[in-house]
Amino acid sequence: MAIYTMPDATGKYGEFGGKFVPELLMPALIELEKLYEEAIQDPEFIEELNKYLAEYVGRETPLYLAENLTKKLKGAPIYLKREDLNHTGAHKINNTVGQALLTKRMGKKKVVAETGAGQHGVATATVCALLDLECVVFMGEEDIRRQRLNVFRMELLGAEVRSVSHGSGTLKDAVNEALRYWVSNVDDTHYILGSVVGPHPFPKIVRDFQSVIGNETKEQFKQKTGKLPNAVIACVGGGSNAMGMFYPFIQEESVTMYGVEAGGQGLETSKHAATLTSGSVGILHGTMTHLLQDAHGQIEEAFSISAGLDYPGVGPEHSHLHETKRVIYDSITDKEALDAFQFLSKTEGIIPALESAHAIAYAMKIAPKMSADESIVVCLSGRGDKDVEQVKSALEGK
Amino acid sequence: MGKDLIQQSFLKKQEAGEKLFIPYIMAGDGGLDILEERIDYLHQCGAAAIELGIPFSDPVADGPTIQDAGLRALNNGTSLGSVLNVLKESSERRSVPIILMTYLNPIFVYGIEKFASDCKQAGVDGVIIPDLPLEEEAIIDKLLYKNSIAFIRLAAMTSTKERVLELAKRSEGFLYAVSVTGTTGARATHEQEVKDYLRMLKQESAVPVLAGFGVSTEVQARELSSYCDGVIVGSKIVDLFHKGQLEEIKGLIQNSVKYEVNS
Repeated sequence: MAIYTMPDATGKYGEFGGKFVPELLMPALIELEKLYEEAIQDPEFIEELNKYLAEYVGRETPLYLAENLTKKLKGAPIYLKREDLNHTGAHKINNTVGQALLTKRMGKKKVVAETGAGQHGVATATVCALLDLECVVFMGEEDIRRQRLNVFRMELLGAEVRSVSHGSGTLKDAVNEALRYWVSNVDDTHYILGSVVGPHPFPKIVRDFQSVIGNETKEQFKQKTGKLPNAVIACVGGGSNAMGMFYPFIQEESVTMYGVEAGGQGLETSKHAATLTSGSVGILHGTMTHLLQDAHGQIEEAFSISAGLDYPGVGPEHSHLHETKRVIYDSITDKEALDAFQFLSKTEGIIPALESAHAIAYAMKIAPKMSADESIVVCLSGRGDKDVEQVKSALEGK
Repeated sequence: MGKDLIQQSFLKKQEAGEKLFIPYIMAGDGGLDILEERIDYLHQCGAAAIELGIPFSDPVADGPTIQDAGLRALNNGTSLGSVLNVLKESSERRSVPIILMTYLNPIFVYGIEKFASDCKQAGVDGVIIPDLPLEEEAIIDKLLYKNSIAFIRLAAMTSTKERVLELAKRSEGFLYAVSVTGTTGARATHEQEVKDYLRMLKQESAVPVLAGFGVSTEVQARELSSYCDGVIVGSKIVDLFHKGQLEEIKGLIQNSVKYEVNS
């Protein structure tokens, strides 16, 4: 296999990616790219980042062999990469710590972020409290209603949460509003994007900061078994936990990778968020990628029981890995995710985030078809405490 | 048509001792059947060209007024294709230059090559794409050139001198000087920094320089115009049309184009 060197110098992953933003933001993106490349070559920066990841975030996270789950499914053993055990309860903080340190390095004092379910917003507000940065988080009106506790969490942490009522009032509109805010405050504000989306260099920066997931997994799996796993599974909304898990395995040809999108009420309905499996190529939020859109290029609303997967675009590198077939993308419905949510809770005593439950559900499908000599790693990207109320309503049929 | 029509229209205004005024309207706001009437009206009021917005679901460069107008247009079923059809149908009767302002995605999904040739068929003279910076414009620049459509570039106050020079060199028809660090929409004041920026652009650009974003009153328009060739007014015009205040539109345009000496 040729050496994988994406993105290229222009921020492209094959035909995807790039920087489709107003001229106003170009100087900031060029500066960010330059500064980021310098930072990751600077041993002091890396040392500081690793210190926070170890002592504040709580890395490394365990790679746990889920024996009960494996016994029940009767097939390949399933290992869980426990990103749910990170401080703030999800993988999101791997990226926000890195970007907050970049913000400091740029001499900027303010941060803006978008959030859907609130996980990235909380992870951003947390590191801003830690590193004494002012923090504004844009969140869709509809999401604020669905995730009231996370709003209060962000406020406790000292962030200002601004409600976005334009458009559908969900994550895509929060990104629009965060971009507008950034356009207006670019001199003193850094935009901490929460996923591998947006204009270059964001997809690369977020991927790199999240790659700690895949790097640790590879090392831990080798220590446990002396081998590489046969299959790696992660859920994909924007795709940051998946990219962080996949990236270190791209060149390992023996590893099959599965990206699991939110199938919502089913791909045959319009209520899903399966961008790669049923969308088309376009340009949104500064990048060329797969989108949910109509015949005229208007972006459509995504739908999923999981707010964190509820995004009508996807990271451009996923589009590239989809086109080149290096990663297999498939979808899991709300119902399957709900079943997996309960199943993992009961069998392992681990309540997964609804996002991560999509990856679990997919493992439950493929594990029985694989032999006991093979193995699967699932990225358990977050814990499900934030979702219990919603799951309760869903199970009661509300 | 195309670049030439823009140039002729601008020259005619300038020879009459006027500054240039380009109003922006959202195509389909109020229905596509009134589009021709609105274009005619703005032409009669003294517009040097019309900037016609194509609605997009996610307009990141726009403030609330134009966002709302875009949603109204989308709810009317407006699309890039339907706007081009209306423009084509009325192109024989029209003499004012038409400049389309559209985000890249509607063009991309329509088909870039088809877009360029259909624009020519529809009598579109120039195109502005706010989310297409220098680095990415190869996706469309040659096709616009081939069809004689002016590809108008936007310069920003955050642009480095190097980028400004490149933008000024490449821009066709005119150079769009974004005169706020922010999105479209009314602003209270324009500061010294803006004046210096406009003077600099004017000095470096071979094509006329027009200031836009945040211009909403005739006082602002005349002041900014005194440092460049004229202004583009969007949100205010959109708002006045939406409220049906046509006389105010006329007043704003006619009072804005008056030449004011101000160094």
